[in-house]
Amino acid sequence: MAHGMYYNSLYLALIPLLPLLGAIINGLSGAAIQARLDKSVIHVTAVATVVLSFVLSSIGFAKLALDPSVTAIHAHAWTFLAIGRLTVDAAFIMDRLSAVMCLVVTFVGSLIHIYSIGYMKNDPGYWRFFAYLNLFMFSMLVLVLGDNFLIMFMGWEGVGLCSYLLIGFWYKDINNARAGMKAFIVNRVGDFGFVIGIFLLFWTLASLPSGSSPVGHASLVFHEIEATLMNPAIRQAFTGNTLFHIPAITLICIALFVGAMGKSAQIPLYVWLPDAMAGPTPVSALIHAATMVTAGVYMVARLHFLFSLSSAAMTWVAIFGAVTAIFAAVIGFFQHDIKKVLAYSTISQLGFMFIGVGVGAYSAGIFHLVTHAFFKSCLFLCAGSVIMGCRHEQDMRKMGGLSIFMPRTNLAYLMACFAVSGFPFFSGFFSKDEILYQAFITRNMLYPRLGIFIWGIAVLAAFGTAYYMFRSYFMIFTGPYQGDQSHIPEEQSQTITFVILLLAFFSAVAGFLGMPEIFGVPNLFQDFLNPVFESSKPYLHFAHGSLSLEWLLMGMSVILALAGAFIASRLYKDAVHPLPEKLLFLENKIIRLAYDLIYHKFYIDELYQRTAVRLVMTLKNISNWTDQHIIDALVNFAALIGKLMGNAAGTADAKGVDGIVNAAADMVFTAGSGLVKIQTGRLRHYLGVALAGGGILVIGNYIFFT
Amino acid sequence: MNNIIYSVIFYVLAAMVIGSAGYVAISKNIVRCAFALVYTFLGVAGLFVLLSADFIAATQVLIYVGGTLVLILFAVMLSSRISEIRISNQSVGRVPGFFITICFGAILIYVAVSGQWPVTEKVDFSPTTASIGNALLGKWLLPFEVVSILILSGLMGAVVIARRKRMPKGDEK
Amino acid sequence: MTPGLPHFLIVGAFLFAFGILCVMTRRNAVGVLMGVELILNSANINFIAFAHFSGTAQTRIDGHVFALFCIVLAALECAVALAIVMAIYRNFNKLIDMEELTTLRE
Repeated sequence: MAHGMYYNSLYLALIPLLPLLGAIINGLSGAAIQARLDKSVIHVTAVATVVLSFVLSSIGFAKLALDPSVTAIHAHAWTFLAIGRLTVDAAFIMDRLSAVMCLVVTFVGSLIHIYSIGYMKNDPGYWRFFAYLNLFMFSMLVLVLGDNFLIMFMGWEGVGLCSYLLIGFWYKDINNARAGMKAFIVNRVGDFGFVIGIFLLFWTLASLPSGSSPVGHASLVFHEIEATLMNPAIRQAFTGNTLFHIPAITLICIALFVGAMGKSAQIPLYVWLPDAMAGPTPVSALIHAATMVTAGVYMVARLHFLFSLSSAAMTWVAIFGAVTAIFAAVIGFFQHDIKKVLAYSTISQLGFMFIGVGVGAYSAGIFHLVTHAFFKSCLFLCAGSVIMGCRHEQDMRKMGGLSIFMPRTNLAYLMACFAVSGFPFFSGFFSKDEILYQAFITRNMLYPRLGIFIWGIAVLAAFGTAYYMFRSYFMIFTGPYQGDQSHIPEEQSQTITFVILLLAFFSAVAGFLGMPEIFGVPNLFQDFLNPVFESSKPYLHFAHGSLSLEWLLMGMSVILALAGAFIASRLYKDAVHPLPEKLLFLENKIIRLAYDLIYHKFYIDELYQRTAVRLVMTLKNISNWTDQHIIDALVNFAALIGKLMGNAAGTADAKGVDGIVNAAADMVFTAGSGLVKIQTGRLRHYLGVALAGGGILVIGNYIFFT
Repeated sequence: MNNIIYSVIFYVLAAMVIGSAGYVAISKNIVRCAFALVYTFLGVAGLFVLLSADFIAATQVLIYVGGTLVLILFAVMLSSRISEIRISNQSVGRVPGFFITICFGAILIYVAVSGQWPVTEKVDFSPTTASIGNALLGKWLLPFEVVSILILSGLMGAVVIARRKRMPKGDEK
Repeated sequence: MTPGLPHFLIVGAFLFAFGILCVMTRRNAVGVLMGVELILNSANINFIAFAHFSGTAQTRIDGHVFALFCIVLAALECAVALAIVMAIYRNFNKLIDMEELTTLRE
């Protein structure tokens, strides 16, 4: 990627800026438009801007795909910062990786905007919703297209903000507002790691021996860092750098990955995502399934040239991905809320993506990201349709038999279920299988055979995925209708069914873009992305898998997926099997315990409540107590001493110096009593304190620094 | 000879500025304070002239003496019960006030005397108005515009604050 | 002795000190305002003095521009302060006593 032609075009900046324009229009005048004109003005503005950026993204994508000499489209808007050796530009870059991301984001985004027209049509905050949604599109596209860390970070924070705004969209319910805050705060933890990672990276790069690099080390631009690290001498110095006796590169990658863990809801920072389902369903589909949560995966893939250098960091990423995949899948077994099931499924699938990028199969990870965007947003939108059809009922136990009432939603949900479970020839099958295969043959882990262990966990998670997805399908769409009998669920409007059927179609067929080569066709997706990951090829090692091994692994995952679906169908199809009911009332202690543990999500939320939250609250209480008891006591004590000194001085001294002494005592007393009640509200007290502080600074500066 | 005249003028002006400023700070009668302030401002304007800042000196006279001071006098006249001089300009907390003042004055004077200030070659007295105009509309254009917006909003705020609130009848004369 | 930069700085220092004293000890809000004007004037003296003695041909005018901004903003500040004084006068029982104005504390 470092060598090649850059095609400069400021039109690239329009891709993120168009949704921003929509957000500005709707955000500033949406209320007036809604009151005076018509809602259609609002959604036409919102949808048109996003569709236009989709068109522009497609043009950029076509340019990259058709003209192999162009490695990237670049748009330099203005110089954002220039401090010393650091120059940061407000610049966008579209290489093949960001082109893929851009297409996914704008395509799914457009569809979900259209879907929202139907879904939000009776909401009084219609304009607000579309303004936030457009703002989210802007932030996400900035994240994807940013050509350096700072621009990416701005997008990164922007999507966090929009996520917060949209989770708490119905802010009148305190629980929704809390869920938004939880998401925001948990993400802060991750973002802290991200920032530390950026600082560490810049610091390490800037401390390299200078002179041999064409672009200068002190850069935060992705392709400049990549080009710098192409130089063997610099790379050697870079990877040799240590901090606390740990290789700096490992620390950098782990810190950056902590950011990805927060944004992409990996253990242990996943707790916000299930709660984020409090937002409107299109938001869950767009932000918390298809786009924002995959930002962490994108970031790792974007920084492949860093992660590939540290097998420790890659191991870390892959292990966390694998553990998250199985963990979330198990929690998904017993959830009753349809959106919660999908949320845990998302966490689990994100784990798969991290396995992919962690073992060094970047294009496989990104491929799964793309297919996941299709089938998971399809699932969420179907769930939205079902929830609307059942009059805002989210409990799957109160649904059932909806295949009769909502045939189109049924079809779409089933397709997406096939895709997510990895049924042969559906999209999830190809992408998940590629990840599993690459995990099996990877040699990039700290311990050579660790990949097989990760593969084992991932296969189990895939089995679990098939089980809980089909469990949800059978609970919702088969058997008798369990809900409120006074009304019949009905199919939603054309806009909604059109969108979900389109997405279902893509969930079914998108996989053919990335068919593995054993089928005798070129893997288009991988071939397209390969040039991006070219520079990290030398550090990545894979065992030579044989054809039979690949067929064998594929067969195994197919069998497991079928088994998962089969078990689910036996237990839940038509709601005739008594086991689920029985399980609920089982007295056996061990099973009961296991059930409770999983049903309560391993008590992780409670654990955090007891530890982190309580720690913070205790700290707060301690400082409060210290403030009230110790500090005040100190102040009172100081005042008392001042008073005593003043009194003693006043009485003890002779008449001649009485005046001066009294003044001094008075002064001390005044200062003392002032300290007791620092906040007097009197201007001159504040001014006096400020001046005294300033004076101390000046004098101190003079004494110590001159 | 020129130097002597320059020195004499400087010391006279300095004495005038310091003396009247001291009076402003200490006097008990606020009306007298306000008038002493006139002398301070005029003295500062004179110092500006000595420093070859003709335009600033003129501005000082026009805005401070002509505008600001009149405003302050208005405020004094409108708000204080001037007849009761005893309470019109009481002061409080003199001891810490004097203490901090002396400390700060000492620091500043010490710094002024002991500092190694860069001194460039002397320049002739020349009109500065044209170059100030160029600077304001060239190098300092953005701050200039920002200041104009600030003034606009500040004046609007002043009007809003000073406007009489609608009160029930009889509440206000 | 011909007055040089330190002399002007000393005048500025005196003006500043008196301004501080005035702001700190006055009970009358208008008196406080006068103190603020003294402080601003002392800053202006420093600006112009440095511009005159230490400025180069390129930077000399910058000090003047700063002083100009300072004067203009002081006038604005005075107008706002007067408005506040009048508002206080109406709302606080005809006294503009800084010692009484502790409402901001709450």
